[in-house]
Amino acid sequence: MDVRNRSKTRREVLFAAAGLAAAVALPAQPTFAATTEVDELIKTIVGSRKIAEGKVTIDLPSIAENGLVVPLNFAVESPMSAEDYVQAVHIFADGNPHPQVASYTFTPLSPKAAAQLRIRLAKTQTVTVLAVMSNGDVYSAGQEVKVTIGGCGG
Amino acid sequence: MKPKPRVRMPANAKAGEIIEVKTLISHEMESGQRKDADGKIIPRHILNRFTATFNGNEILSAEWHPAISANPYQAFSVRATETGVFVFSWFDDDGSVYRSEHTVTVA
Repeated sequence: MDVRNRSKTRREVLFAAAGLAAAVALPAQPTFAATTEVDELIKTIVGSRKIAEGKVTIDLPSIAENGLVVPLNFAVESPMSAEDYVQAVHIFADGNPHPQVASYTFTPLSPKAAAQLRIRLAKTQTVTVLAVMSNGDVYSAGQEVKVTIGGCGG
Repeated sequence: MKPKPRVRMPANAKAGEIIEVKTLISHEMESGQRKDADGKIIPRHILNRFTATFNGNEILSAEWHPAISANPYQAFSVRATETGVFVFSWFDDDGSVYRSEHTVTVA
């Protein structure tokens, strides 16, 4: 939990206390994936290709009260034709014990490269969505989610 | 308890219409991270793969990891080009496969 020099609201103090209680109750903390682990996973997928911004839209809450069930919607802009479609979408969470969340494979039979799902987030972290197009281009987007109650272990 | 898939999608569609499919399946999605009362790790037991096909052709598939919430919900879009059968399948770590079939009539 980050400590900043500002006056805390009652709500924040309560959340902080809850977080501390959770930390005390869980002496055996699992090891969490680091950002570098996500970077390496992404590298094995994209190799030396450049990752561009745009085309990928993520819909995630900025604050998740319950990390066990966090709604995630993603959509990738694409004509989804036989010549030009989204081949794969990978989802990573750098603060989970295992950074891989899900990998979707689409075909030109999919009218949209989009899905809605619910994921677990162990703590406050960044969720990254990586889209690989049929021509090899790679796009990515990320969003931080503040988690007040973790979704793994315990 | 045997996982039970539930799928909501229309039974009729216009040719070429994009239809939304909502799916839900009961499954604990045990992450392999939790410990029981004796401090032993509860082994991982999740649905690791989901597929959607239309008349035998794959529309999309998903590899799922333990970060997918219990009782996985998933919504996505499909296109009804002709009258046919959509099959949705969930693959369990224990080798079981749960299937749900839906015929969509194109008028």
